[in-house]
Amino acid sequence: MTPRAQALAGLLLAVACATAFASQYVPLPGGRFASVLPADGKTAPAQVAPFALRSEPVTNAEFLAFVRRHPAWRRDRVPTVFADGRYLSQWADPDTLGADALPAQPVTRVSWFAAQAYCESEHARLPSWYEWEMAAAADATRADARSDPAWRERVLDWYSRPSGHALPAVGGPPDLHGVRDLNGLVWEWVDDFNALLVGSDSRDQDGADKLKFCGAGAISMEQKENYATLMRIAMLSSLKATDTTANLGFRCARPLGDTP
Amino acid sequence: MSTLLRTLLATASVLVVAACSGKPDATTPTTGAAPPQVAATQSGIPGDFGPPQGEPIHAVLTSPPNVPPPIHRNTPARVIVDLEVIEKEMPISEGVSYTYWTFGGTVPGSFIRVRQGDTVEFHLKNSPDSKMPHNIDLHGVTGPGGGAASSFTAPGHESQFTFKALNQGIFVYHCATAPVGMHIANGMYGLILVEPPEGMPKVDHEYYVMQGDFYTVGKYREKGHQGFDMDKAIDEKPTYVLFNGHEGALTGDKALTAKVGETVRLFVGNGGPNLVSSFHVIGEIFDTVRQEGGTVEQHNVQTTLIPSGGAAMVEFKTQVPGSYVLVDHSIFRAFNKGALGILKVDGPENKAIYSGKEVDSVYLGDRAEPNLHAVATAAKANAAGTLSKEDQIAAGKQLFTGTCSVCHQASGAGLPSVFPPLAKSDYVARLAGKDKDALIAIPLHGLNGKVTVNGVEYDSVMPPMTQLTDDEVANILTYVLNSWDNPGGRVTKDEVARVRAKPAAAAAAGH
Repeated sequence: MTPRAQALAGLLLAVACATAFASQYVPLPGGRFASVLPADGKTAPAQVAPFALRSEPVTNAEFLAFVRRHPAWRRDRVPTVFADGRYLSQWADPDTLGADALPAQPVTRVSWFAAQAYCESEHARLPSWYEWEMAAAADATRADARSDPAWRERVLDWYSRPSGHALPAVGGPPDLHGVRDLNGLVWEWVDDFNALLVGSDSRDQDGADKLKFCGAGAISMEQKENYATLMRIAMLSSLKATDTTANLGFRCARPLGDTP
Repeated sequence: MSTLLRTLLATASVLVVAACSGKPDATTPTTGAAPPQVAATQSGIPGDFGPPQGEPIHAVLTSPPNVPPPIHRNTPARVIVDLEVIEKEMPISEGVSYTYWTFGGTVPGSFIRVRQGDTVEFHLKNSPDSKMPHNIDLHGVTGPGGGAASSFTAPGHESQFTFKALNQGIFVYHCATAPVGMHIANGMYGLILVEPPEGMPKVDHEYYVMQGDFYTVGKYREKGHQGFDMDKAIDEKPTYVLFNGHEGALTGDKALTAKVGETVRLFVGNGGPNLVSSFHVIGEIFDTVRQEGGTVEQHNVQTTLIPSGGAAMVEFKTQVPGSYVLVDHSIFRAFNKGALGILKVDGPENKAIYSGKEVDSVYLGDRAEPNLHAVATAAKANAAGTLSKEDQIAAGKQLFTGTCSVCHQASGAGLPSVFPPLAKSDYVARLAGKDKDALIAIPLHGLNGKVTVNGVEYDSVMPPMTQLTDDEVANILTYVLNSWDNPGGRVTKDEVARVRAKPAAAAAAGH
């Protein structure tokens, strides 16, 4: 295949995907939000500006189209400072999905750098933790459903499922804002994942680091409705920007009003 | 007390045990053992015997109930421990699956054995398939977080840290990633033994037993996949209390074994996350207990308390054959939540010590049967739509042994004037013929007040057996109807579900 034909194929594929999964950016209102990580470390709510969020996580097909447009992000060409050795290793070839990576499944085993580069290609960026957490608090009828045990059950149910099985396709039921799959499909990168807790090699047991140890971890648990979210924070804060895992994907966000 | 004196005393008491295999006697002379290595070094830190010597050694890790072989080394070494975190689905009881998080693929995790003064190079690997990050806090580590601060590991990664094992004893290790209680409740705990420099007294068998409490959304033995229930965990109301992570892990063909006259050492840990264990072996007296895994020895102990996040070493010599039952003597946990194990001792009877009667069948309960195979068979057949009456009877018989025979007796004869008979019972026959729903309601809702069975009046209380699922009730009733000259017939799961959905009738059903 000539480079031009390849690019064309990639473009066609991207168009096809956009139609199939109707991935789009939907507006979220922002505002004040009671995050599990208070803005001042105590009780202050987070302030989130209005933003637009991708309605689904990025799929294998979409990421394949990106890699074909930007071959520097092929797994055989990406520098090791941008992605670890398992980057896209579920794909059959550097530019073929194969049997273990279906087009409609969310793409996983992508590093933070790769996710950020993809979002730039959509004239977007990774969402911040506060943006992501605020979006994920919604259910089908409420913007903040976290006090409902059913919301928590849904999150926890995913945690208690082992990850040996193939990932489902994107396209779960939409929430109030029209966003899908925030909980229950894959972990998702956020822009500031490494600012949630201080580094794990720190012996300083003050501050955010306390979440990782027995006693203080147990104290945090008193807020029953929060521990499901704390587990996500624990997961994100265990990562480095080059890391990839079998359950970690991403979606993108952009300021409201920005269009490509 | 000086460190030197304390060390010498501790060593002396260990040697006492080595010198006598029966009930220890404090006056036994401590002859014939190697001189103890005194815990004083150039660094001045007790337990530091200097830098590791020789080539690094890879630690032998074992799955429960096995323990790695004793260490025969006279010098400290660098010991490399490779432990992998694996999240996997396994049965927690027959027909019930649970998603465990494990150190090494088992619950409890792999047993680690090192020598005091060893430099331990710890590699914690988190499987690429894991969903969660994990770390490890070893209670045998002197340092921040017991290693947790240095071992926070994302899926598909490996952390390394090194510590010197300064204190001898048996120590719990566990995951300390938030929410800590959930990681522990999912099975993330195990034991590390730090042997004293002179080694442990030789015994014939060493076994690894660890208790844990589990919190599932469904009830005890409710079939299918069961998720973790955080509310029950916070309320400290476990669904299961288990030895070695699975109901039946130490019973039937998986029972621990020994011969008459042999010495047995149990390393008994308690992972928690919540409960404290009253560890007891029915029919044995512990000759020696190192409570809380420390160096002080207690002798002639019946039941020893094992804190959550603690461990003990218990030793005894077997004298007469039989099945000895390991329990948490907070006894509802043993018979209603699964905290049972069996030590089978084979060998010649010694009627001078014990008349020869076997261990009480009440204590053994259904777990004496080889792991409830018939129940699992029936559950499978039910799912496949091929459940036969014979399957139900076989399953019902095993369930009856565990749940009903305590009062109604395995023979169905009951106990005169206390528990009514089920064998050739006119009461059962009448309900089976005229009011099957009332028959089904008895195990579901219990039965209080006066009833007349085969001409004899009974006035006692049968509690509702709410732990039984619909198919279990159906199987038990089908077994009863087809045993002991009762009229026969069959009860289906759907019939039970229908009766369960109705409100409980007033007491004394059948009048």
